[in-house]
Order: sequence, then structure tokens, then C-alpha cells
Amino acid sequence: MAVVFKRTNGLKDIPTHYCPGCTHGIIHRLVGEVLEELDVLGKTIGVAPVGCSVLAYDYFNCDMHEAAHGRAPAVATGIKRVDPDNIVFTYQGDGDLASIGAAEIIHAAHRGEKITTIFVNNAIYGMTGGQMAPTTLIGQKATTAPYGRDKEHSGMPLKVSEMLATISGAVFVERVAVNTPANIRKAKKAIKKAFEVQMEGKGFGIVEILSTCPTNWGLAPTEALKWLEENMIPYYPLGNFRTPEEAK
Amino acid sequence: MAKILMKGNEAIAAAAIKGGCKFFFGYPITPQNELPEYMARELHKAGGCFVQAESEVAAINMVYGAAGSGARVMTSSSSPGIALKQEGISYIAGAELPCVIVNISRGGPGLGGIQPAQSDYFQNTRGGGNGDYRLIVYAPATLQEAVDLTMEAFDVADYYRNPVVISGDGMIGQMMEPIEFKELPKREIPPKDWATTGTKGKRKPNIINSLALDPAELEKHNIRLKEKYDLIEKNEVRYEMYNIENAELVIVSYGTTSRIVKNAIAALKQEGINVGLIRPITLWPFPMKAFDEIPKTVKALLSVEMSMGQMIDDVKIANKGRYPVHFYGRSGGMIPTPDGIAQKVKEILGGVK
Repeated sequence: MAVVFKRTNGLKDIPTHYCPGCTHGIIHRLVGEVLEELDVLGKTIGVAPVGCSVLAYDYFNCDMHEAAHGRAPAVATGIKRVDPDNIVFTYQGDGDLASIGAAEIIHAAHRGEKITTIFVNNAIYGMTGGQMAPTTLIGQKATTAPYGRDKEHSGMPLKVSEMLATISGAVFVERVAVNTPANIRKAKKAIKKAFEVQMEGKGFGIVEILSTCPTNWGLAPTEALKWLEENMIPYYPLGNFRTPEEAK
Repeated sequence: MAKILMKGNEAIAAAAIKGGCKFFFGYPITPQNELPEYMARELHKAGGCFVQAESEVAAINMVYGAAGSGARVMTSSSSPGIALKQEGISYIAGAELPCVIVNISRGGPGLGGIQPAQSDYFQNTRGGGNGDYRLIVYAPATLQEAVDLTMEAFDVADYYRNPVVISGDGMIGQMMEPIEFKELPKREIPPKDWATTGTKGKRKPNIINSLALDPAELEKHNIRLKEKYDLIEKNEVRYEMYNIENAELVIVSYGTTSRIVKNAIAALKQEGINVGLIRPITLWPFPMKAFDEIPKTVKALLSVEMSMGQMIDDVKIANKGRYPVHFYGRSGGMIPTPDGIAQKVKEILGGVK
């Protein structure tokens, strides 16, 4: 019988710790598949963040380096500068990247650091128990925004892709979502393109992936996917913000 | 090789390159700027790479990444900048990675000043980062010693897989002295088979990490680290004993301050007062055993520092209650004078002879 689906060699054969319905598992698989298809697992070093995906270093089937909260792009800079032929990626959530690590991501992009960032945006702090993130939507409830995020009090949700697309060193910026099979396929295509841009030595690439947090949003997994579509995508439009051709 | 005249910051940078340093990540802060500037000029010629980071926080994390990839890597800063690096230093120590950190210290607390001070003794030897960890801390008193220790620091860091701090002050950084780059004995370094260099399909993935969610596992890690630190305390203590024989009083002093102390000792000798010096070269591990060699002629100890007395605790521990321990210090960038030190010695010994 023909094999139509199998585990990617890009991930280790061990169960993950993610909550039921969380889309980290899908995103891990997409990254693993891309690294395997590009045949770069043997020369890839991933940098895991702090937050829900802190244990990502246990899951990817390549060398991994754990970083402090927000510092993954700086750690990745050190790794990439030691051996520019290696493929280096960071895997970061929105608390990690858009809040405490805002300086590191902006300046890694600004230097045109030849790394790839997988940015998982679920509009909330997951690991610490559902606090407000810079990406939390207006009106969205979080444990530290119990009445819903208020613009006057906390500002508007940060649009990371739009912001990074203004930086000349960021040569590939795309926002995708993993809420439907069609969008998952588009997400994989974007991830692959981001790694190819790195392999071609063109500059910094980031894929922002809209993701769900059923546990902290207080929704069933299928309702969470619907909430993403109805609430996140209108504010965080999907699409490409920057290609190497535009960056020239 | 002939001696050459160099400024301290540049001499340390040159020594680092000779010691095999290939990567430098830093952020400007006075009074150590000539060091990254030298690296920016020279490191690429040695096949390495200099990157000016966006902050001290980013710089130490670039060090963390490069060290994890098996490279010989250094960063330098001054007091408030080192404070910002403490998070990364804790991670590097936790993940047991080798690197060299230069602290050309200045007065504090806070933004402080830009003049020399030794008020980072706690920061260097106790660490401002979280958790049970230790750093090997060298405190050179001359530029020659700074050069020798910096060259060796990379070997020591690799040998123990531990960060090494070169603790100088603004005087070490800014003064000029003749130096010589000598060939130093090399240590046998175990292969860096733990580094994240890419599996090349030939081995299982390596993970550089300092997270251990299982408390039993973390305790095991801490016990193993402690065993390493015990070994460092046994093998790596360095100090200088100066004019100890027949001394009436022993001064404990390190770095540039110890040079001023030596002038005070010479002046006191002219007046018939015999004073010795214990000069810790390693601030951690602190040279406890040097205090066992103090002769019975000694009446008291005096800790002389460019701080408000941060080393005095270690002096008291090392003294084991044998002699009264006194303190003389200047701070904020004020430099102790030989006269000031001599006066304090005379006060302790019971008036002007």
C-alpha cells in the first residue's frame, strides 16, 4: 500500500506537552517537514524561546539551543555568525517576541541577520496562564485585562509583521494562519520560502503564524479556530508584506 | 619578542585574539570602549567576527549562542553594562558554556561615574544573575598580568566549561604600560562534542539548555556544578604574598589598588614599619589558604579597596577570626593615596612611630 502520510523526520518521535487543540503541534510539523524537504536537518540549529514552546528543543530533530525570554534572535545571531553556512531559526511566541524581546527581533531584522523566525501569534500569554500580550485584541479578555483590552489603557495590539516590513534588512515577511487545511498549506509554503531566503543568504525572514489558545481563550478547539478567523484575521490580515525583490 | 607600549583596553583585546578569541559581541560603555573598537578593527583579520549589539542584554546572548556553537567568544563592558548582562551570564553558567567577560569597572551604584572603582566585587564574585553558579574571576594589577590572564582565560573557560571574568577597573583600561605577548603553557581541552554545530546526520541532536523542570534533575545538576566549583577552588586559586616575613600588619588588596598599597608599604618601611600584602589574583576562588601563611608577628589585617568594603567579608572568612580585621577604602572614583593608606596603618598600630 502506498504511504500517503507519515511522521516527518524533522520531529523526534516523542509526544509533545501542548494542550489539546493547540496549533503549536501543526506549526512544529510544518517546520519539521520543510527542514526535511530542504534536506538541511543536519546543518540546522533551532533556538527555542520561553513560553509555551519552551520545550521545542526536545521536539525538533536537529541541534537546538534554548534562550532566555525574548533573546532568541540574539542567541541565533551568535550561532549564525560562528558558521554562516548553517541554517538557524528561532521559534517564538508573541509574548516572547513582541514584548520582552521586541528590541532583539527588531535589531536582528535591522542587521539583516540571515536567520528565519517562526513567530506564533495567539494573542495571549499561554504558558504563564493567560495574561495580556502586546498582540491581545481590543476587548479580548485576559487575566491581566479582566474587562477586556482597552486601547486608552494598554494601546492597540502590535502588528509585528507590518512593523518589521518597514525594516530594510527584513527581506521576507509573511503572515499566515493555521485555522483551515488551505491556510495550513499556505503557511507551509511561506515557511519554506523563508528558509529558502536564508539559504540564498538574502537577509532576515519571518513568518507570523496566527495560532489558537483554546485553554486560555476558554474555547473548545473548533470554536477557537472560528474565533481566530472572525477576530484575529480581520485585525491581522494574512498575506505577504515583503519579498526579497521588494526589499531591494 | 620585544615589549610594546599599549593601552590597557587594547592590550586585553590583543591578548584575547592571541588567546584564540574569534567572536566578540559588545555594546559601548565608558571606560572600556577601546576594547570593542580594537576588536572591530582587528578581529576579522584573525578570521573572526565583531558585532556591535543593540544592548548589553543582546550582546551577552550573542555570546551565549556563539559559545553554544563551540566558538571562543568574548564580551566586555563596565559596571552598569555588566549588570545588564547578568541574566545571560546566569544562563551561560547554567548551560556550562565557556566564554570570557571583561569588566572594566567604574563607580556606582546606578549610573555612577566613569572613574575607576572596585565596587563590582559583589557583582563579579557573587553574581547578579539567578541561581547557584560561580564565575572564575581574575583581577590583574598590571597590564602584563592582564594580558597573560586574558590569554589564559580562554583555555581555563574551555577546560571547565565555565565563564571567566577579567576584573579590571578604569585604571587598567585606560593606562599605558609596556607589555609582552608571551607563549603560555596550554591546557589539554576536551573536544567540544556538546556544541550545536549541526548534526551533519552523524550524531543525535545536541541541546544547549539551562531548563530542568524536574526538581530532582535540577538538584542533580546543581550538585554536579558544585563539584566543578569545588575542583576550581582546589586547582585555580592564585595570589601574591608580598613582604610578609616579619610583618606587623598585613594588607589585603587587589588590582590597581594593590600597586598603591605597595608604594605605601615602601614608605612605611622607611619609617621602620613592616607591612605585608596578600594580593588575591583570583577573586573567586578567593585565596583562603594564603591567610594560613600569615606569620605570628602580625597584629592586624587591613582590607584596602576602591569600594566601601565589599571584599572585607571574604577577608574575615579567610582570617578565621585570628586577627582583628580593619578597612580602608575610597569610592566613587576617588583613588586611595599611599599617604592615606600609611596613615591608616599607623592608626591601627597605635599612633605615629
